[in-house]
Amino acid sequence: MAKTRIVVLGGGTGGTMTANMLRRRFGEDEAEIHVVDRDDRHVYQPGLLFVPFGLSSLDEIVRPRRRQLRKGIRFHEREIDAVWIERDEVLLDDGTVLPYDVLIVATGSRLQPEETEGLTGAGWNERVFTFYSPEGADQLRAALDGFERGRLVVNLVDMPIKCPVAPLEFAFLADWYLRECGVRRRTELVYATPLDGAFTKPVASEQLGGLLAEKGIDLVTEFNAGEVDGDRGKLVGYDGRELDFDLLVTVPLHGGAAYVERSPELGDALGFVPTDKATLQTPAKPNVFALGDATDLPASKAGSVTHFEAEVLVENVARFLAGRDLEAGYDGHANCFVETGFHKALMIDFNYETEPLPGHFPTPVGLPLLRESRLNHLGKLAFQWIYWHALLPGRELPVIGPAMPTAGKRRTAVHTS
Amino acid sequence: MSTTMIPESVQVDAEGFLTDPRQWSEDLAEQIARENGVPDLTERHWLVVRFMRERYLSTGNAPSIRALGKESGVPVKELYQLFPKGPAKLAAKIGGIPKPKGCI
Repeated sequence: MAKTRIVVLGGGTGGTMTANMLRRRFGEDEAEIHVVDRDDRHVYQPGLLFVPFGLSSLDEIVRPRRRQLRKGIRFHEREIDAVWIERDEVLLDDGTVLPYDVLIVATGSRLQPEETEGLTGAGWNERVFTFYSPEGADQLRAALDGFERGRLVVNLVDMPIKCPVAPLEFAFLADWYLRECGVRRRTELVYATPLDGAFTKPVASEQLGGLLAEKGIDLVTEFNAGEVDGDRGKLVGYDGRELDFDLLVTVPLHGGAAYVERSPELGDALGFVPTDKATLQTPAKPNVFALGDATDLPASKAGSVTHFEAEVLVENVARFLAGRDLEAGYDGHANCFVETGFHKALMIDFNYETEPLPGHFPTPVGLPLLRESRLNHLGKLAFQWIYWHALLPGRELPVIGPAMPTAGKRRTAVHTS
Repeated sequence: MSTTMIPESVQVDAEGFLTDPRQWSEDLAEQIARENGVPDLTERHWLVVRFMRERYLSTGNAPSIRALGKESGVPVKELYQLFPKGPAKLAAKIGGIPKPKGCI
């Protein structure tokens, strides 16, 4: 019998984890596994948040993609030209054709600052920065270092974005950083969001909005950034509102990877891949699956989501290859540490149906949910080790499975005292 | 003040979005528009409203403002001129479909 060919597009969190889990599951005599990525730099993306504050550096958070893949996985360092779904083939930019029996799309999302008028014009990387790219995060570090007075505006242009709590965390950490530097009184911090509150989900939004107020960070809601004027230091909303800034930290628009648009039937208008929210199979064709930031799912674009999805996806790829029914196993589970400064963090845990609630994770004795604590901050720091050594290699984590735990959650109102 | 009111038989939620898209009509759309600061629905308004409504009825989801800008043929800037403040929300309200959910 011919060997099964599995092609994984993307060697980031989802692609690496999936390829490694599949390699453990199928012997080399059963399946060939290929991973394609345009470069050999695997970025631990949660670490980007800390780079502008000098709490982490690029050499700590970037490692070779190749080295995160198990033996017996073939890595192709090439740009993807297109996927031909009808013919079950991937075309690479050097003309190589990779035929597949199963395709897994894990190419994440792409920053599109050029889609906002003026954003990459005057002032880009001088007084307008994003920490969502390694280079941007590094340049912002130098800018923050010299920021002693004036107005810092944090703006997310529009959803969806990776790690929806990260811009809030940036604002919290900026407050802490400026206080430590002794210049907080001479600076103003503004958080401008297109949402109608600090966050998308009501209970967490109230709690996080309370934290912004406590820290003296102005919250501007329903602000849809239409234009950036870097020369004059103005962020202009589509409704005509203007926000003056001395330093703008933007989270640009996100879209899917460029090849998705060149691949007939694969993606939607923004380049994200329509995907079944429970099985992770795509409606494009039964042998095409997707996970992580690349999908159009109504879940956070976050590593925890990708991790929980990977377990369901690998099971379903195995079932598909065996001709069995797929498991509707993914419930939208997400779990995020939210860094709030001063060596503290809070944690949120939620899924498609249940918004983030207070309580403890994963059981009544565990990490506090929706409440600041040092334990959560230590958890966030420890997570980087777990990421490289347990998550990416595809080892099973004790206690934390894909389904959202409910044992430690309270459905009562949040006390913000 | 407009004298025409939305009939009581039409069920709306706390923010004025129809809870049952089947109760919608073009006359109702014009009334909702007037009450929300859009005195006249031009062809461009209708193009957007119909696009939103058709998309919701066929997929169960209303498009986001960005998808609307890319797929309806009306650029985002113009969408804000047609439906000041929140184009996706307002077009959904006028089109008689539920409030678009913010994604996360």
